[in-house]
Amino acid sequence: MGAVVGTLTMQTRQRPSRARDKVDDELEMTMVSHRPEGLEQLEAQTNFTKQELQVLYRGFKNECPSGVVNEETFKHIYAQFFPHGDASTYAHYLFNAFDTGNNGSIKFEDFVMGLSTLLRGTVRDKLEWTFHLYDINRDGFINREEMTEIVRAIYDMMGKYTYPALKGDVAKQHVDTFFEKMDKNKDGVVTLEEFVIACQEDENMMRSMQLFENVM
Amino acid sequence: MAAGVAAWLPFARAAAIGWMPVANLPMPVAPTNKNKRQDELIILNVSGRRFQTWRNTLDRYPDTLLGSSEKEFFFNEETREYFFDRDPDSFRSILNFYRTGKLHYPRYECISAYDEELAFFGIIPEIISDCCYEEYKDRKRENTERLMDDLEDNKDNKPPNMTCRETMWRAFENPHTSTMALVFYYVTGFFIAISVITNVVETVPCGSMPNQRDIPCGERYTEAFFCMDTACVMIFTVEYLMRLFAAPSRYRFMRSVMSIIDVVAILPYYIGLVMTNNEDVSGAFVTLRVFRVFRIFKFSRHSQGLRILGYTLKSCASELGFLLFSLTMAIIIFATVMFYAEKGSSSSKFTSIPASFWYTIVTMTTLGYGDMVPKTIAGKIFGSICSLSGVLVIALPVPVIVSNFSRIYHQNQRADKRRAQKVQKARLARMRISKAGSSTAFLHSKRNGLNQSLELTGSLEEDQQLKKTTSLLESQHHHLLHCLEKTTNHEFVDERLYEQGYLQTALQNFPSQSPSLSSEEGVTGTCCSRRTKKNIQALNATHTHSHTHNLQELSALHIHCGEQQPLNTSRSSLNLMSDESGSLNCKSSGLVTTAIISIPTPPSNNSRANPDAPPPPNPDAPPRPNTGSDVVKISAL
Repeated sequence: MGAVVGTLTMQTRQRPSRARDKVDDELEMTMVSHRPEGLEQLEAQTNFTKQELQVLYRGFKNECPSGVVNEETFKHIYAQFFPHGDASTYAHYLFNAFDTGNNGSIKFEDFVMGLSTLLRGTVRDKLEWTFHLYDINRDGFINREEMTEIVRAIYDMMGKYTYPALKGDVAKQHVDTFFEKMDKNKDGVVTLEEFVIACQEDENMMRSMQLFENVM
Repeated sequence: MAAGVAAWLPFARAAAIGWMPVANLPMPVAPTNKNKRQDELIILNVSGRRFQTWRNTLDRYPDTLLGSSEKEFFFNEETREYFFDRDPDSFRSILNFYRTGKLHYPRYECISAYDEELAFFGIIPEIISDCCYEEYKDRKRENTERLMDDLEDNKDNKPPNMTCRETMWRAFENPHTSTMALVFYYVTGFFIAISVITNVVETVPCGSMPNQRDIPCGERYTEAFFCMDTACVMIFTVEYLMRLFAAPSRYRFMRSVMSIIDVVAILPYYIGLVMTNNEDVSGAFVTLRVFRVFRIFKFSRHSQGLRILGYTLKSCASELGFLLFSLTMAIIIFATVMFYAEKGSSSSKFTSIPASFWYTIVTMTTLGYGDMVPKTIAGKIFGSICSLSGVLVIALPVPVIVSNFSRIYHQNQRADKRRAQKVQKARLARMRISKAGSSTAFLHSKRNGLNQSLELTGSLEEDQQLKKTTSLLESQHHHLLHCLEKTTNHEFVDERLYEQGYLQTALQNFPSQSPSLSSEEGVTGTCCSRRTKKNIQALNATHTHSHTHNLQELSALHIHCGEQQPLNTSRSSLNLMSDESGSLNCKSSGLVTTAIISIPTPPSNNSRANPDAPPPPNPDAPPRPNTGSDVVKISAL
């Protein structure tokens, strides 16, 4: 009788440890933290100095201790800057633009590369980056639908309480103006070359692009 | 803006490059970082323990002591560090707040010391994070209760100028306040005891007449007992009437438990007086006497313990109710089983199921009177199962009541917690306000024309002057929001202004700009505004179908606002609103900003911006190019 009870209890003792292993495995998978390449390598690949990289990494790691940003966290962070409206759509497009590897998460390297282009890159680089931001399906062309999506996302960030009040067709007007300016051969899509040329012709835009140089 | 994401502001600003090709207007000048120093470590010396952190970490919360220039008062020139003569242990959690954005309350810390530290460093306790907030609130409540108890003990000083009625009530409630009250207290207690003893002794058989059976004392000494009873009831009646007179709220007093007990205690006597000595009603009269035993409950005014017991039973009424229910179920089950088991045997006492109830109860409570016993084997088996399960079931209420005695202390606090729910709502509101502070801060700085100077054509001196009032982080954030405004050619406004502005655009859809005409519009009001409303609704109707889902949302938002107008109204209210906006138009140069200042700003706004400076009307501001929107507006913003 005691032997039976003993064997029964031994059986039960093994089972929880097996379950615990499984749980540990799961935990390990989520806790994998990504470490970026060394400081020198990043310095070589981007246009930032060591100090700037340090400051960037500290901020990055503070918000994402695991070393990678997933889309949810990204949206949450970006939304903090735009409390009036809904920044999630635009953040989604931004996330896709930063996530060059298309693996659903941004590592520090991706982040820093993107920032390097935006802040320290040439005008052509910036314009190319912006083109890739707008080109949602990565087919090399910006068509009306994609542009409308982007413009609508920007308007979403304004929120509801604006002056003058947001009317229904305001995004469409914006898209029309954009295509007027950019689509030189009127074929309904904007290619990279058209985009770059049209932007370089626009004085205001060039000046605005230089605006954010001293951000770091 | 939360602290942690302050480090991501450069990223957000860089991402704004994505808006540039879409924007049709020039962007405002970025705030320059005049003293662009490298991020440096600063040393905080708190009573000898040195803490080090980056300067930027502290700058995240500019409205606290460490984040503002207030800390310069504590700067020690010789040692180049900031010295605070405060508790270093509490400082740890305060500094962690800057680092992580979450404020934690350490359990070992005394609550009032912690509160003082928070007040010193300018941090509001409401932002304690949820993991520690419960603990903090509990300790705080305990503390205030203890202080209140101490206060109550000192409340024996009689406040002056109490009316006779208030004095009486106070004497009744707190007998130890005056000797008269004490005397009264003891006298009533004595008479309650006398009354109860009388009732008891009344039924004792005393002395027997030689040829009659024992008669109870009540019938032997009828007059004496009647006099005693009368005396007691007189005293009780007088006491009740005095209490009724003295009660601050008579209705509430009459509903209270104690007064009901009083009434029930004295009522049988009066009913007995009134009733005649009929045979048929005397039976009822006798049962009324039973209610005299309720006089014993009057002792609960005199005994604190009795009150706690009553309160406990009341508080665990639900548990006891459930217990009773499950017991009833068990009784019914076993009674049925026993009845059918014993049905076969002859001369069985188990004549019916209700008759078996008695057996079941007696067995389950392990009383075992033995007046009903099962005779069949099946009956005996089930009977033993019944008694075994009874032991288990009866043992249940004991821990319930015991735990309720300990729970009674927390029961008070549950009522407080319900009160604290309202405080919780207030807390959430405060947090929302401080979080929304970032959005309202931007609107606020707009009103004060701080952003005016950031126009590309603005002057730089004003820019320098105004920069001092906002931190660099905030000004960069505001610049970002300003860029968004420029990109979309719409501005952020307050909710109220949105409603007003909406109506204003409704009126302004007519191409008339002169103030006189618009005031005329205001007066003639309704027909014009109704027409314009129809205009807008027609416009929306055509557009809802031509766009995809998201745009429909935008226009749906818009239609919602549009529909709100007809809901609110009668002609008179429409007239009222149009008059208001009419008067807005009549103000100098049609500036909307002046109207904004007249609305009182919410108190939680960033105190740094100067709320009292009205923006100067700036007729020199370049008129903004229209981008095809219907509204032509002259404004300084």
